[in-house]
Amino acid sequence: MTPVLELRGIDKSFGPVQVLHDVDFSVHPGEVTALVGDNGAGKSTLVKCIGGIHAVDSGEYFFDGKTVQINSPRDAAELGIEIVYQDLALCDNLDIVQNMFLGREHRRGIVLDEDTMEEMAARTLESLSVRTVKSIRQHVSSLSGGQRQTVAIAKAVLWNSKVVILDEPTAALGVAQTAQVLELVRRLADQGLAVVLISHNMNDVFAVSDRIAALYLGRMAAQVRTSDVTHAQVVELITSGRSGDLGLTNGVSA
Amino acid sequence: MSQTRVEAPAAAPEGRSAMRRALDGAGVQNISLLIALVLLVALIGAREPVFFGAANLKTIGTAVAISGLLAIGQTMVIILGALDISVGSVAGLASVASAMIFTATTGSAPLGILGALVIGALCGLVNGCVIVYGRVNPVIATLATLAAFKGVAQLVSNGRAQGYTGSDPVFVFLARGAVAGIPTLIWVLIIVALAVHVLLKYTDIGRNIYAIGGNDVAARLAGININRYILGVYLATGVIAALGGVLITARTGSGQPISGSEGLELEAITAAALGGCAMRGGKGAVSGTLLAVVLLGVLTNGMTLLGINPFWQNVAKGLLLVVAVVIQQVRSGERRVGLPA
Ligand SMILES: Nc1ncnc2c1ncn2[C@@H]1O[C@H](COP(=O)(O)OP(=O)(O)O)[C@@H](O)[C@H]1O
Ligand SMILES: [Mg+2]
Repeated sequence: MTPVLELRGIDKSFGPVQVLHDVDFSVHPGEVTALVGDNGAGKSTLVKCIGGIHAVDSGEYFFDGKTVQINSPRDAAELGIEIVYQDLALCDNLDIVQNMFLGREHRRGIVLDEDTMEEMAARTLESLSVRTVKSIRQHVSSLSGGQRQTVAIAKAVLWNSKVVILDEPTAALGVAQTAQVLELVRRLADQGLAVVLISHNMNDVFAVSDRIAALYLGRMAAQVRTSDVTHAQVVELITSGRSGDLGLTNGVSA
Repeated sequence: MSQTRVEAPAAAPEGRSAMRRALDGAGVQNISLLIALVLLVALIGAREPVFFGAANLKTIGTAVAISGLLAIGQTMVIILGALDISVGSVAGLASVASAMIFTATTGSAPLGILGALVIGALCGLVNGCVIVYGRVNPVIATLATLAAFKGVAQLVSNGRAQGYTGSDPVFVFLARGAVAGIPTLIWVLIIVALAVHVLLKYTDIGRNIYAIGGNDVAARLAGININRYILGVYLATGVIAALGGVLITARTGSGQPISGSEGLELEAITAAALGGCAMRGGKGAVSGTLLAVVLLGVLTNGMTLLGINPFWQNVAKGLLLVVAVVIQQVRSGERRVGLPA
């Protein structure tokens, strides 16, 4: 199966600091790919490069097997790539519907088409079996952490997206809410989407992922099938960049 | 009085009275303002029955038209999360410009007005560019242009009133005309207020302005071009301020570099704050600002009727701005530690 999204040889620096070194990364439809790595390994940076927030210094970007240029969040969105950022990127002063359509509002003529947006938002939340929010006209500031995460995910799948990337969606959640979000993540992949899940929690990673990609100090240490590795091996990849014959040799991909 | 955050529930629970829904629609802020207005009117009216005279009501209406315009521009800027304290100077510069262009074109009011509006747009653009490309804090940027624009107005006019527009039918119509019994000045305010209200409430542009004020990072990640919005909002505010300047020219019959426009920024910001615009951005509405403008107009008028020393009136206005913001901060639960957000 060809990956829906594939990056090759991505380099990215912020001024003198090179954060990503020659990174290869691929994402497949119908699968959850876990992106793991220590704090500061460059996971969020990689995701922001994919989403068009940061321009890459060099490297190739393939979507559906074709080379593409991503220069802005709009470009990524047009391809069907949606990102749920670590800091969630919701506007507290707006309600759920308004947040879900942020920057992509539906209009009728020159005025907002509130009815259509409300209907689409409700349908999307329902398709995700989200029943925890009281009203979709509730301000986001009044939601719990899990509900906010749910809204952010619903916002990402509203657009018939092909790739959904979640940056540490469970980091701030309790046990029950984490389970809910993971269930949602699995359901997205089962619906045929390519899902990327960034997480620090090995239990979460092994519970839902099909593949694991481990970043170590800005280099891709290994990208493997989840069923082919153990917890201990992944932890080793995260902490030292290699594990047995997996991983980096002298800081270069094997 | 607890504020309910739910704006319009998808399905309002049965049994919620129409009264309650009407209250929610109007918002706590507006209700409080209305109550304050009613109390104030009753208080002033009881001591000075002249207050209710048609002539006096007209005076209030025309007096608030200019500051009201600037307050509406300010509402947009504050919702965006910024501030524009240069609006008074822009109005002054536009007033001088309208009269000087009028004179230079041997009496063309349309050209005078158009020229003033273009200059207002340029002033707004300068503000926006300094903020966006110079990375200058909006308060500092517009404090600088407050001085600079005023200086330009004084330079081109030599510090004196310019031209005489008092006999031109267009300017006379603006200053003293009426349509359907309502003074033209008030019509101008109503039309601009309606336009901005529709923009903010019913268009994606307005929605994005709220989003930027609420969380600029989220707005950027959603693909909203924040710089364009900052430039656009400051430009619009400049044009609205210039319109206020044109009205100053019309009312006084000549272009005024300072008189009539100095201090308008304080009134505009006070009205917006009192009307419910959160200083940190993302919250506010034209309706609240308009109510506050009327409240301030009634207050000023009442103080004059009651013979209160105008110096005290300035103290009262300053106090009111502080009180309005204090109320806002208390309601938003801001902690009393360090510099306020
Ligand atoms: N905008 C930026 N400017 C400068 N350095 C940055 C920026 N964003 C991230 N970095 C640096 O890049 C490195 C990787 O960060 P990040 O991608 O956030 O890591 P992770 O998400 O894996 O914890 C860190 O050292 C961080 O300080
Ligand atoms: Mg991160």
